[in-house]
Amino acid sequence: MSTAEDLLAEESRMIQSEKAATILYVDGVSVTFDGFRALNNLSFYVEPGELRAIIGPNGAGKTTMMDIITGKTRPDSGDVLFKSDVDLTKLDEADIANLGIGRKFQKPTVFESHTVFDNLLLACSGGRGVFQALFHRLANREKQRIEETLATIRLGDLRDMMAANLSHGQKQWLEIGMLLMQEPQLLLVDEPVAGMTDSETEQTAILLRDIAKTRSVVVVEHDMEFVRDLDCKVTVLHEGSVLAEGRLDSVQKDPRVIEVYLGR
Amino acid sequence: MTDYRQKYKMTPVLGWLLQDRGGMILLGILLLGCIVIPIGNLVVPAGSAFHVPTWMLGLLGKYLCYALLALSVDLIWGFCGILSLGHGAFFALGGYAMGMYLMRQIGDRGVYGDPVLPDFMVFLNWKELPWYWYGFDHFSFAVLMAMLVPGILAFVFGFLAFRSRVTGVYLSIITQAMTYALLLAFFRNDMGFGGNNGLTDFKDILGFDLQSDQTRCVLVVASAVMLGICYVVSRGITQSRLGKVLIAIRDAESRVRFTGYRVEYYKLFVFTVSAVMAGIAGALYVPQIGIINPGEFAPAASIEVVIWVAVGGRGTLYGAVLGAFIVNYAKTFFTGVMPDFWLFFLGGLFIAVTLFLPKGVIGAIPAFAGAGAVGASGTSGGWRDRLAAWRGNQGGKA
Repeated sequence: MSTAEDLLAEESRMIQSEKAATILYVDGVSVTFDGFRALNNLSFYVEPGELRAIIGPNGAGKTTMMDIITGKTRPDSGDVLFKSDVDLTKLDEADIANLGIGRKFQKPTVFESHTVFDNLLLACSGGRGVFQALFHRLANREKQRIEETLATIRLGDLRDMMAANLSHGQKQWLEIGMLLMQEPQLLLVDEPVAGMTDSETEQTAILLRDIAKTRSVVVVEHDMEFVRDLDCKVTVLHEGSVLAEGRLDSVQKDPRVIEVYLGR
Repeated sequence: MTDYRQKYKMTPVLGWLLQDRGGMILLGILLLGCIVIPIGNLVVPAGSAFHVPTWMLGLLGKYLCYALLALSVDLIWGFCGILSLGHGAFFALGGYAMGMYLMRQIGDRGVYGDPVLPDFMVFLNWKELPWYWYGFDHFSFAVLMAMLVPGILAFVFGFLAFRSRVTGVYLSIITQAMTYALLLAFFRNDMGFGGNNGLTDFKDILGFDLQSDQTRCVLVVASAVMLGICYVVSRGITQSRLGKVLIAIRDAESRVRFTGYRVEYYKLFVFTVSAVMAGIAGALYVPQIGIINPGEFAPAASIEVVIWVAVGGRGTLYGAVLGAFIVNYAKTFFTGVMPDFWLFFLGGLFIAVTLFLPKGVIGAIPAFAGAGAVGASGTSGGWRDRLAAWRGNQGGKA
């Protein structure tokens, strides 16, 4: 047997095992909007139970990346695999959500005309069919889970408040609570602390670290202090591809990262 | 504040019925009407102050059918944010289905005395009944079609529109196009629906004379009962978890998708239910009015329905019923007293409601101020505040 074949076989085995260990496998993804390359051969992997922060200047492709993973946008090329065997590029938003991928928007998006309780109820994992919903009755198990989540996001006292009347930070937390109700295995969180006070930011970091104990979390963030609080691996995006990856300290020392953030 | 432990222990149906003050009042009035109107017309002698004249029966029946149509629009617009500007099409299709039955009932009493063919077909030299008129000599078949045809059209139309994620003003425009296309189609003589003149000269329904007071009373009562049933069904839908999903779609559609719901199926369900209700309204309308013609498909007619709902109070269901009665009574009044001013009045009413009563007439009543679609996220405050705010804006611009 030639060494070249050996090497190839070895490499494919490595790729296989790499895929097997990932909950999210993004490989060589590119997407173009009207000639603008939003993502350019983007590749990264998230392991089960990992907390990952993704940073990058405006226009680096962070939100587009989330759109691709959650099925809102289709990539022009590349693979996106969930748990190494489900091809996410073939599914739509509802399918992907039901597979166990939750997404938090940059701007807090909750159901404003519903109470905090009903917001969580709607997000509660379980039947999503039209007729299931029509004849649905609140089960004790569901109620218990809602109560638990209310405690986690500290909105227990506001359960009957219309979501529209919550403060900005409370809405962010409610949205995170709704994601938890979906029982996702992978959570994508887009700028969770934008517009939050310092103490809210701190508490959010604690909350996300807590959540990451039982599932994988990908956080897109601008706030460096917050990313430091998360204390996790960081991926730096720039012009649609990965510029650097590693601990925050080492990434911050990377001359390319410094140039992208401070130069120009 | 609602105590959920208590709320969910109650029998759900009884629970949401009793909690619904406006609905209880509406159902009470409908029930009262079902008793008082026939007695007032048939038992109380004509000279009495409590006598309900026959012309009033026709008017009430018409208002009740319009109210049901408004209810069906509120169900999709108020609760799911689907602004249909073509709901008159479903109403008219239901009306045509009933009209076809009534035409077959005429039998050989038509002007030309043909036992099978309606007058307009004889006039057009048609030799035999088109296939799609078969079965309409049976009342039950016609009633079924009055619900099925609008339902199927809404299902197919909705499937294509919602699957392609057509929303907002674009959806409104294609619903307009749909009703306009049907208007043009039904104007054609060779469609086999009486063309420009439509279907008319009805004699009787189920063997009962359509001109008799008894029959008219039964039709008014039937309209009131159907309105009541459809109200309860709509209320049941909006109070269920499905109803909560609908409101969520109205307020944050993409969030609902990312929560794992298939938004298009939910929209399709409520759109179809709403179209069936509109069809029922049309089927009840035609025997009481005595004619159905393509004019019912006119885009302007569908837009007027939206105004009724906005005036009454969107997203409350009973508000839509109230709005249909208020605007149509005003129409009856103004077209009688000063016909030239009706359209100005209607336009002015719509502007005034949008500016000063964003929650409609219902929202202006303090006891009901919390109800309605615009409630939580819209600007709160009474009409005085709105007026003040509006004046402020004007001042700012000047």
